[in-house]
Amino acid sequence: MKNQNYLNDLKDIKELMSRSTQFVSLSGLSGILAGLYALIGAAVAKTMIDAERQEYITLESTTFRNLIILAFLVLVCSVGTAYFLTVKKAKKANEHIWNATSKRLIINFCIPLVTGGIFSILLLKNGYFGLIAPITLIFYGMSCLNASKYTLRDVRYLGITQIILGLIAVEYSGYGLYFWVIGFGICHIVYGSVMYYKYDR
Amino acid sequence: MKSIIQNINKTFDHRIRLGIMSILMVNEEADFNTLKELLGVTDGNLASHIKALENESYIRIEKQFIGKKPNTKYAATLEGKNAFRQHLEALEKLIHKT
Repeated sequence: MKNQNYLNDLKDIKELMSRSTQFVSLSGLSGILAGLYALIGAAVAKTMIDAERQEYITLESTTFRNLIILAFLVLVCSVGTAYFLTVKKAKKANEHIWNATSKRLIINFCIPLVTGGIFSILLLKNGYFGLIAPITLIFYGMSCLNASKYTLRDVRYLGITQIILGLIAVEYSGYGLYFWVIGFGICHIVYGSVMYYKYDR
Repeated sequence: MKSIIQNINKTFDHRIRLGIMSILMVNEEADFNTLKELLGVTDGNLASHIKALENESYIRIEKQFIGKKPNTKYAATLEGKNAFRQHLEALEKLIHKT
């Protein structure tokens, strides 16, 4: 009887240690949906680029502006969905959405992400278009890797996959959109599904 | 057998104290509300267990102000961490013995 108590003690300790450091309410479903948005976005982008075949896309052209708006739309939809579904999951698990662990998660996710974002904008400004796809993938991968310490382990593997994809993309600079499709689309759907089946149901 | 029982620390022989120490082992610091939320206990209950751990100087209390609101943070002392580790080892040994 006494032994059972000690065993429960150890179980409690382990549970509290992970719950106090990791935000576990991250929704897997939001990963799947973010992947789908990315695929739709990429399909629209592809038709927009194909329509401009004969023209060179420059920073000033409307096509470029539309592409930026499209990318921004995909980002807003993805983040919005992730927030909405995570709040829902947190409520179900009785976890506060805005606690010490979720704050740490967001801060650590955003540091590499914002760095990569600024870096990409500076590259665009200076005309290095070819490196945008690999740079965004690599920095997004590092953001996931950094954030994974404070949430579900699967995010770590998503990050590593994105980094590897990004490095490969450097060698194939004309195919940026396809690497984005694999990285932001397919990878999110695959890892999102894994997380959904492991934790959400 | 006797030596193992001696390592079981009486101060930690309570679910909430065990909980406070577990959280402070893996977090540099935690404030009162975070502890309360994680452990699911009342203010008074938590305060009394914090007091007990503080009396053994297993945890350290840092009072500060965020704007005008007082904010109290807790951190495990080196002494507390060592004591907790010994307690865990003792628990493990006890379980493996049988």
